[in-house]
Amino acid sequence: MAIAPVVNRRDFLKTGVAGSVALVIGFHLSPRAFADQAEEQEKKPPNPFDAWVRITPDNRVTLILGKSEMGQGIMTALPMILAEELCLDWKHVKIEQAPTNPKVYDHGTGGSGSVSGSWLPLRRAGAAAREMLIAAAAARWKVSPDTCKAQDGGILHGARKSFLTYGELVSDAAQLPVPDFNTVPLKNSNDFTVVGHDTRRFEGRDKATGAAIFGLDSRVPGMLYAVVARCPVFAGKLKSLDAAKTKAVPGVRDVFAIDPVGQGAFTAGGVAVLADNSWAAIQGRKALQITWDEGPAASESSASLRQQFLDHAAKPGKVVRHDGDADAALNSSVKRVEALYEFPFAAHATMEPMNCTVHIRPDGAEAWIPTQAPQWAQGVIAGVSKLPPESVVVHTTLMGGGFGRRYQADFVMEAAQVAKVCGKPVMVFWTREDDMQHDFYRPASYHHFAGALDAKGQLAAWKHFQTSTSIEAMWSPKGEENPEKSEFATAAFIPYQTPNYRIEYTLAKSSVPRAWWRSVEHSTSGFVVESFVDELAAAAGADPLEFRLRLIGEDRKIPDFTNPKEGRPLDTARLKGVLRLAAEEAGWGKPLPKGVSRGIAGYYSFESYTAAVVEASVKNGGVKVHRIVYAVDCGRPINPEGVRAQVESAAIYGLSAALHDAITISGGRVEQSNFHDYKMPRMNETPKTEVHVVMSKEEPTGIGEPGLPVVAPAMCNAIFAATGKRIRRLPIRSEDLV
Amino acid sequence: MAISFTLNGKAQSVDVSPDMPLLWVLRDTLNMTGTKFGCGMALCGACTVHINGEATRSCITPVSSVAGKKITTIEGLSADGSHPVQQAWMEEDVPQCGYCQSGQIMSAVALLSKKPNPTDSDIDDAMSGNICRCGTYQRIRKAIHRAASMQAGKAKSAA
Repeated sequence: MAIAPVVNRRDFLKTGVAGSVALVIGFHLSPRAFADQAEEQEKKPPNPFDAWVRITPDNRVTLILGKSEMGQGIMTALPMILAEELCLDWKHVKIEQAPTNPKVYDHGTGGSGSVSGSWLPLRRAGAAAREMLIAAAAARWKVSPDTCKAQDGGILHGARKSFLTYGELVSDAAQLPVPDFNTVPLKNSNDFTVVGHDTRRFEGRDKATGAAIFGLDSRVPGMLYAVVARCPVFAGKLKSLDAAKTKAVPGVRDVFAIDPVGQGAFTAGGVAVLADNSWAAIQGRKALQITWDEGPAASESSASLRQQFLDHAAKPGKVVRHDGDADAALNSSVKRVEALYEFPFAAHATMEPMNCTVHIRPDGAEAWIPTQAPQWAQGVIAGVSKLPPESVVVHTTLMGGGFGRRYQADFVMEAAQVAKVCGKPVMVFWTREDDMQHDFYRPASYHHFAGALDAKGQLAAWKHFQTSTSIEAMWSPKGEENPEKSEFATAAFIPYQTPNYRIEYTLAKSSVPRAWWRSVEHSTSGFVVESFVDELAAAAGADPLEFRLRLIGEDRKIPDFTNPKEGRPLDTARLKGVLRLAAEEAGWGKPLPKGVSRGIAGYYSFESYTAAVVEASVKNGGVKVHRIVYAVDCGRPINPEGVRAQVESAAIYGLSAALHDAITISGGRVEQSNFHDYKMPRMNETPKTEVHVVMSKEEPTGIGEPGLPVVAPAMCNAIFAATGKRIRRLPIRSEDLV
Repeated sequence: MAISFTLNGKAQSVDVSPDMPLLWVLRDTLNMTGTKFGCGMALCGACTVHINGEATRSCITPVSSVAGKKITTIEGLSADGSHPVQQAWMEEDVPQCGYCQSGQIMSAVALLSKKPNPTDSDIDDAMSGNICRCGTYQRIRKAIHRAASMQAGKAKSAA
């Protein structure tokens, strides 16, 4: 049997998921886009003792986490902010995942925006709770609140040397009026004892003992396990199904078709196989006799996409930015440099494949989901089950990696469809092959650069043409009007001063799903900008660091061209700061062992500043990265140890993109299937990475992604320094090294 | 047909299809979810367990092949997380998402049982079968060295 498409775009709007869709579309715009809900909540903040902190009479304190933990350390960083304002001893704090309730929590976790979006709201919530506890103690003692202070999980009245624990005060405190969040006093940062201090991740112990529960570890009494057979060609459809052999596989319980769901969910549809255990489901799926109608996408290939890129590049694109007259400056220039850069699709490849466990009953639903967007998942299940969202309980589990992949709701939609039919608790899980071949990929793109230097070695012109399979064109129903919106980021407001700056764009059509991959468009924008400026430095005969610093010039703030309203301007002083710090720590200009060379890159993304110096050598047709030295300025670091860990991680993810990551298309389907043909760095490819964190007092900004964009260009700039070869397409091919 | 083996020191018997990989027997039949599914093809190491002391990828090991053998999973390393390798993992703050870490730890324990004081090159050889998409390799390396010194210290104080 087949079920009708359960949620179309109109239903999305009707079921109140529209806000989530808008939030998704805002993903690439800025971390600030994630604070939409937070701002609303600030208007009438919930009682902090309901939302953020639970204290028992015996003084056990539990802090509540409203965001999702996928390895980025948010389960530690955000409660640290609450603990700071609440004057708690971190060692005794417990942390719990919030229930899914978008009216109280700003759940969406992405865009490296959790800390920047939560910093002020959580400080205010913690401070409000503290002030309520102080007021309760003052009332108990009949003294002025000014004579009381919070300390080590209790309130102290200095003059009378009295002390009451929070546990003794909480029942009174929770009944008091909630202070105005706009005027509640915040702690002086000089008194911070938690924020800014190295802290081990809260759930680290469970992750070292196997006790940590990820989505795939969800176990519900009576549950079934299911896999879905999907058409390997994007947008293909089920033509015919014979499930007789599958039904004969021991342990298989049911087989039925599910329909694809379009805009927003973007599921492939297919055939669900339900069984008593995962293995039986996998075996049952292998036995299916399916004929697919592959549809028009079957003619797409990486070669046809490249031809599209070349055809587009032969013609002018839509003008995105035009300062001065770049073409005239290029034509009259003393020195002109041109370069072409190319990137393939890339897969997220989270270690835990997609999965979602759902139980839909007539009166309500419950789900266990490793998701970056629990509020969206709740809306999707509500839509499928025709239940009000409040009747859908979503438990956000730990995630075995996210990197943007788990912001999607496709795997939730499929599970909801299956659960709706079967009526029992069911886990729909993906095999590695499913995960690799039905991802939302980092777009493939092609860039043509032309730059000119004047007689003084200044940048006379910068021209950047890009054609790509835009994210915006897929996600925004009107995206094809402004498909370039999601594709340039900082490449549209480079820090290198030039009077003649032109950007053009042409959309390349593709049926391959695209979305947000760690650092999104910065992963390619960072590479092209920081590679091309290095090419110009070489043409000018200048030192790459000195050249960058000279072109950046004086301290100034450059507005975010792609998002002037929400985006924070690029502060050139901070960018120069990390470039200088990374260079100094790396020993820029000092001798290296024979054959080893250095490259540098500096970049602004997610409101943070990163620079990296890479030491690399080329031997036997391969690259070896010996050392990466980072300097990062993400404002005030909440947990410096967590910041270092995120940058170390982004270094390897970026190295993976430089060395391996490539999804190629043939016959409308992904050619790669598992880790043998989609490789990633392993222990033996891991360089020594040092991360120097600027102990800034600026507002905290993102760090999950900003480490990524600089590593590949710094590495390729080191390869140029070693060999004279420019790497202009990723991943690096051995033939490009000789 | 029942298949019997020793699991984390206790006798265990399961009645499942003999070709079912040990991974799914552990996870779905016995609800021991510490051992993870990553690839199903012995390419990523997330499913690593010890069979008679050897690090083995449980995702391609049919349960019939472990009859009568001794199996150790992450849950069997220690009752309380006190195994030196687990302790070193916590002290170096190794895990990020943590999904691969059970497998990483099982590979590291097997390495240290053969080479109590491994070199970086030994670590490369023994650990390159385990993928970590979060890229925690540098900390894994440090934690293995730390665990080696902890175990050496323990051996010294026992002697």
